[in-house]
Amino acid sequence: MTNKNKINLGVFIIFTLFIASSFILDISIGLKMWGNFKIFAWDMIKLLPPAFILIGLFNVWVKRETIEDNFGHSSGIEKYFWSILLAATTVGGTFVAFPVGNELYHKGAQYKSIFAYVTSASLVMIPMSIIEASILGLKFTLIRLGVSLPLVIISSVLLGNYFEGIEYKLPKQK
Amino acid sequence: MKFLYLTAGIALVLSTIFDYKKTIKALKVAWKKFSKILPGYIKILIIISIVLLISEDTIVYYLGGNSQWLGLLSGLILGSVTMMPGFISYPLAGILVEKGVSYMVVAAFVTTLMMVGVATYPVEKEYYGHKATIIRNVASFIIAAIIAIAMGLFYGEVL
Repeated sequence: MTNKNKINLGVFIIFTLFIASSFILDISIGLKMWGNFKIFAWDMIKLLPPAFILIGLFNVWVKRETIEDNFGHSSGIEKYFWSILLAATTVGGTFVAFPVGNELYHKGAQYKSIFAYVTSASLVMIPMSIIEASILGLKFTLIRLGVSLPLVIISSVLLGNYFEGIEYKLPKQK
Repeated sequence: MKFLYLTAGIALVLSTIFDYKKTIKALKVAWKKFSKILPGYIKILIIISIVLLISEDTIVYYLGGNSQWLGLLSGLILGSVTMMPGFISYPLAGILVEKGVSYMVVAAFVTTLMMVGVATYPVEKEYYGHKATIIRNVASFIIAAIIAIAMGLFYGEVL
């Protein structure tokens, strides 16, 4: 076991012990933390298995050329369209967009596409925008989307050029 | 969520029909990737469970102050450090608007909530490295601020 893993395990054990003792000693902060933990844990349990199955299928089926043609150097302006469209339909926001973006990178997507994808995954998701419009009003959502899209493209061009310039490499998940 | 399960299910069935061995390989890849990142997700859960001790009252208190610009800054910072699922954050945003908090401040809060993830750092750095993670979050913070100010202009809340 590496040092990092030891620390992780230590933190996890301390957390578990604290929560367990909160139940016995009725510590309200601990019980509240458990409530928060449960909400998100349930969300992740539902979200991650189908998301990773899709990532696995993507990994074995999708050819590198396909990604290069649509998200990579052989793609012009249309790569923004594909990246934003993919993000708009990604369920689960950044939790899912992080691994998917990394996967796209290792299949030959450019940084510009990756940043356009990850940024818009938290801005233009269709399901989220519908909920937002129903609560905050359609005007709010339309202004937000209208302002977001040019910012997504500008920022991904700037960040993409920067990271290509310094020849940055994303970590590879084996 | 249903859409995700439907897509994954159909993809899995089609994949099995076309190539059984490749499907098994895909599932192995999926499991390997998942188990490798799992500690990261558990870390996020622990961080969130602590961060969300900030109560809704506290959020209403800080965002509903008298100064627009102070509210904007609080919205950006609170949205960055906290994280909430949509079914909590949007009703909360609705409450904020009802209590008279400006659309600009609400936009700052909900946008950074989604875009800037201090709590999601453990997972993001595994996929993008420290440098790209930090730069992306800083850029997202700036983008969220621009969106919020634009919202304030459109609603005639500033200037």
